[in-house]
Amino acid sequence: MVKKNINYKFQKRIDNNIKIEPRDDMPEGYRAHLIRQISQHAHSEVIGMQPEANWITRAPSLRSKKILLAKVQDEAGHGLYLYSAAETLGASRSDLIKKLHLKEAKYASIFNYPALTWSDIGAIGWLVDGAAITNQVSLQKTSYGPYSRAMIKICKEESFHQRQGFEIMIKMSHGTKEQKQMAQDSLNRFWWPSLMMFGPHDSDSTRSERAINWKIKRESNDFLRQKFIDKTVPQADFLGLTIPDQKLKWNKKRNSYDFGEINWNEFWRVVNGGGPCNQKRINHHINAHKDGEWVRKALIKYSEKYVK
Amino acid sequence: MSNKKNDLGELWEVFIQSKNGLPYKHVGSVYAHDKEFAIHNARDLYNRRNEGSSIWIVKSSQIVAVDLDTSDYIINNSDDKIYRNPTFYNIPDEIKNL
Ligand SMILES: [Fe+2]
Ligand SMILES: [Fe+2]
Ligand SMILES: [Fe+2]
Repeated sequence: MVKKNINYKFQKRIDNNIKIEPRDDMPEGYRAHLIRQISQHAHSEVIGMQPEANWITRAPSLRSKKILLAKVQDEAGHGLYLYSAAETLGASRSDLIKKLHLKEAKYASIFNYPALTWSDIGAIGWLVDGAAITNQVSLQKTSYGPYSRAMIKICKEESFHQRQGFEIMIKMSHGTKEQKQMAQDSLNRFWWPSLMMFGPHDSDSTRSERAINWKIKRESNDFLRQKFIDKTVPQADFLGLTIPDQKLKWNKKRNSYDFGEINWNEFWRVVNGGGPCNQKRINHHINAHKDGEWVRKALIKYSEKYVK
Repeated sequence: MSNKKNDLGELWEVFIQSKNGLPYKHVGSVYAHDKEFAIHNARDLYNRRNEGSSIWIVKSSQIVAVDLDTSDYIINNSDDKIYRNPTFYNIPDEIKNL
């Protein structure tokens, strides 16, 4: 009876677009859904640093090295904003990281693909950050206050990420024949995994409906995927590159692009650990965490000795 | 909002003044073992693009917040006092600068 009452009052607040704050009453399902989603998002930001960090020492100029460093540092910041948001719901950061290491928590599958060439860094900024932005712009209106505020801050910072990526793509695709080929190859490898970032079809997305009712999610996977495709295709045209989808075609009636079917077998294989870099990413995170152990220990000692 | 000390230290809330003279605004939180580290972490995390000219930090455990049960009392105390607003008063149109 009491529980039913909480749920009713809660849904009324949601329906009236009132933001939920940490100390407010909320159904356990809402809390659990948010902790799962926000921590997954935080892990994605942090794991996402790996493929790009791989190129910092090999960036082709001092300018591009500084830019890439700043971008990777931003992603670390995004991870921290999001862990903080998850903690307002009662989660502990060390537990969340433990779950990542035990593979009980997921992160965006896209980061299980390697960055093989410099133009992959361009494709990642353009497509991967581009897809992430499409999703995150929509999440600025999410119903949980701390998550929404983190998204607003992150979106402000993300637009430089996408632009620096596109700039690399312009340089590569308007460069020598070999450079253009390299850019095309990056697009070929990152196009479909970028579309997969939006998740399964709405009809196969088990948790979607509840998340939409609670306004955690504001727009559906398929809607956001279409939005991303529609804004990205003209950009590929500008670069003179070909999107690797033979079914891609402008549909006048829908005022949108039609496109081919995603390889869902590959999607589920990578989600479930079978991508090219899944194990490597987790191992690297575990090792980095271990390598930082002495710093954390030193700080604790310092605090015991000098902080009253 | 847990204020337990863990291996990352304590939780601190960060406030940034975007420009000299403007009010400080809450931007987020950081973990740190003492105030020097808290300022340092806040600067690294929340001021990467000159978002502010000055930073305040305060231990989260030191913040006093209104209890939900009493929040109506805080919010609704002026509904019946509309005479506190300038639009409550009728002033003839020909009167200027008032
Ligand atoms: Fe991201
Ligand atoms: Fe990010
Ligand atoms: Fe980014």
